[in-house]
Amino acid sequence: MDTLFLARSQFAFTSIFHFFFIPLTLGLSIFTAILETAYVRTGKEKYRQLTKFWGTLFLINFAVGVVTGIVMEFQFGMNWSQYARFVGDIFGVPLAVETLLAFFVESTFLGLWVFGWDKLSKPLHAASIWIVAFGSTMSAFWILVANSFMQSPTGYTMAAGGTRPELVDIMALLFNHNVWQQFPHVLAGGIVTAGFLVIALSSWHLGRGTTERSAFETSFKFGAIFAFIGTILVILAGHSQMQNLLKTQPMKVAAAEALWESENPASFSLFTIGDEEGLKDVFSIRVPKLLSFLAYNSFEGEVKGIKNLQKEYEKRYGPGNYMPSIVTAYWSFRFMVGAGTLMLFIALLALYKVIKENYTFSPLVGALLFWSMLLPWIANSSGWILAEMGRQPWIVFGLLKTEQGISPATVVSSTELIISLALFVTLYAALAVTDLLLMKKYASAGIKNAE
Amino acid sequence: MDLQTLWFIVIAFLFTGFFVLEGFDFGVGILLPFMSRDDRERRTVINTIGPFWDGNEVWLIAAVSGMFAAFPDWYATLFSALYLPVVIMIVALIFRGAAFEFRSKRDNPAWRSFWDWSIFGGSLIPALLWGVALANFIRGVPVDGSMNYTGALLNLANPYALLCGITSLLIFTLHGAIFLALKTTADLQKKAMSFAKKLWAPATLLCILFMASTGTETDLFSHLGINPGVIPVFSVLALVSVIFLLQKNAAGWAFAMTSIAIAFSTITIFMALYPRLLVSNLNPAWSLTIYNSSASDYSLSLLSVVALIFIPVILICQWWSYRVFRQRITVDSKLEY
Ligand code: HDD
Ligand code: HEM
Ligand code: HEM
Repeated sequence: MDTLFLARSQFAFTSIFHFFFIPLTLGLSIFTAILETAYVRTGKEKYRQLTKFWGTLFLINFAVGVVTGIVMEFQFGMNWSQYARFVGDIFGVPLAVETLLAFFVESTFLGLWVFGWDKLSKPLHAASIWIVAFGSTMSAFWILVANSFMQSPTGYTMAAGGTRPELVDIMALLFNHNVWQQFPHVLAGGIVTAGFLVIALSSWHLGRGTTERSAFETSFKFGAIFAFIGTILVILAGHSQMQNLLKTQPMKVAAAEALWESENPASFSLFTIGDEEGLKDVFSIRVPKLLSFLAYNSFEGEVKGIKNLQKEYEKRYGPGNYMPSIVTAYWSFRFMVGAGTLMLFIALLALYKVIKENYTFSPLVGALLFWSMLLPWIANSSGWILAEMGRQPWIVFGLLKTEQGISPATVVSSTELIISLALFVTLYAALAVTDLLLMKKYASAGIKNAE
Repeated sequence: MDLQTLWFIVIAFLFTGFFVLEGFDFGVGILLPFMSRDDRERRTVINTIGPFWDGNEVWLIAAVSGMFAAFPDWYATLFSALYLPVVIMIVALIFRGAAFEFRSKRDNPAWRSFWDWSIFGGSLIPALLWGVALANFIRGVPVDGSMNYTGALLNLANPYALLCGITSLLIFTLHGAIFLALKTTADLQKKAMSFAKKLWAPATLLCILFMASTGTETDLFSHLGINPGVIPVFSVLALVSVIFLLQKNAAGWAFAMTSIAIAFSTITIFMALYPRLLVSNLNPAWSLTIYNSSASDYSLSLLSVVALIFIPVILICQWWSYRVFRQRITVDSKLEY
């Protein structure tokens, strides 16, 4: 089989799986830290119990984040050796900084937090989980600095006879527009992931008449606020990210909208069935002018279409196909925005319950609140699929094509790739099931059990 | 000293930290199934490394990301060449990492036994494979003029490399046994002591054998000059002294000596390499060196600033965490894992 296809499948599979656990790590570490701070400040037993309860779930989830991260670290060299040679001068810097700044701090202080309940003073113990949360956030920041270079290269010059980029301006790399768009969006994505999980599990316990009512009411309240703030932030950040993309990767936007021709003012597609070969709509419902509004905050303004961009890129980069998979880009964007919109309504509903101080749920509302915990996962995964697949055919936008990045087939054969892919898929499936069952066990056992 | 040399030293330092620190928790993992049949005692064994193993593993992540950042070609050539062994090592580390967190979360004996063996295998395989890998770095692998590996998988499994693998495995196990003797009490401590004493002879013997065959299999000694320098000699001497310290029940000193032995052997290997990173046995001119594989001076100087500030911070944090958890763990302690 084609090594390119296999290498891409493996990367997609392992990174999506890694990112299945990371958003919850990001959000739940902050959430647990807030609870423990409340405990230190008030001394109330309830907060200590809640810290333990959510902390245990955090740890079960964290473990899989760690072990799947190991794969990521080696993978650029294993499957993408030509890419690693090409971008190493730039990409390696944030990656190494991530390890030195974030992973060390995180793992060391997590050890202190887990094993230090009786050994550290209360404020020091609470500080440990804050440091873990800070470390996770830093790790997200630095990895996004690396990713942003792939999305929108800055701060480099072409060296070695124009064959490889070299870093010349670290500030341009760090203050890459893309980083400051992506980072708030990803972080807010983590916060909502935790918020919805907390809402879901708390309402489930409350709905089943738990004896730990007061504690779960508190965590429902915290979770609702968390989810609400996160949802607002993630949508605002996503909106501004879209505007940034229009400047850096207009093709991604056009693909996400299935916008074949340039339009002014441009319409926003609600539902399109397109013909990818013929580059036209088969069936489409569009809201006039809305895309221009999303793009420029005004009902005027041209948004370039796929066909025009293809011609432009051919002129700039030479002959070739510069269109990503439009079906994928279009639907992943729909899934993300759809999930985000639903989340907004559900977060409002939860907030309403909190304001009314009414923690009884009808079966319908209970089910809605419970299953809504899946929405952030859908949005997070489809968001990355949009970001990465929408960038195709580039691995580093404008500089290197994905097909040029893989390890030569003479070094890594398709047999080797099939073996590794099969191993990772089986192993990860088993890990996912195990992790979910453990989460379920500890989540449903309630607070007493987490002691 | 140029930046390339500085980064060569930083990476050697990170690998040294990895082998010394993760070395003992690999050792503890390998001994786990043999320390006891009683679940409470096994949990005690696991909890001796509970707060540390992840921090120790990050030394590896740091070394690898340092390779990527400072010497991208080294990173690219090496991990594509070692594709399947790296996959196996990663799978082992995944089992191990998951096992620590999952093992005691259910009471079922089959579940616990499964994860115990995962810890065993997950510790044994990397301990062995890293020895094999290091030996191949200095012995040379078929790398062509465009820095791509042209050999087959079996090239890597030569007797010299396997000898190094078994040596590293035994030394880590010995290191782990001594660590357990330091961190446990009563029966567990006695058992760990007796393991350490039994492991000492084969570990030392193989280590000497490995050093000797390094003289014939590689250009190490000519590379370092006729006098191999004091560092390899000290690493063997440190290992030899371990048995006397164990007999005096000075486990703390014995642990210091295995640490020195591991650190000095790692340093020896990196000294043998310098200024090369991966020796090509097709044509010496095709070897990867710190000069033909490095990132630009600008990137290296940025990285240097970060490393010189943060490595000391990391050392302080980790040292503090070892101090917080310096007490011995007994079967009556409150156990988290
Ligand atoms: C809970 C998660 C979540 C939610 C509700 C949303 N997103 Fe999102 N989105 C992500 C989670 C996410 C993400 C997983 O975090 C991504 C992947 C790459 C990135 O930077 O963030 C992402 C990527 C991403 C991208 C691609 C960025 C790129 O290619 O560089 C765009 C344009 C948007 N988002 C826009 C939105 C809009 C307009 C939303 C309005 C509802 C929205 N997102 C909701
Ligand atoms: C710093 C972070 C990241 C980097 C450097 C990165 C890098 C890459 C690389 C090198 C590829 C290979 C090109 C290809 O297969 O098409 C890729 C593809 C991909 N990545 Fe990322 N990635 C990052 C984060 C993520 C995350 C967090 C996810 C998802 C959770 C993700 C999802 C994907 C997907 C789905 C593909 C496949 C695209 C395809 O097959 O066409 N990436 N990315
Ligand atoms: C594609 C490139 C990526 C690489 C190379 C990578 C690497 C790693 C590694 C090696 C670990 C384990 C660290 C440990 O043992 O403690 C890890 C965990 C983690 N990663 Fe990723 N990751 C990638 C993508 C991402 C993305 C896109 C994010 C966030 C936006 C992220 C955030 C985290 C977090 C928060 C953890 C858990 C904390 C930890 O274990 O220290 N990673 N990652």
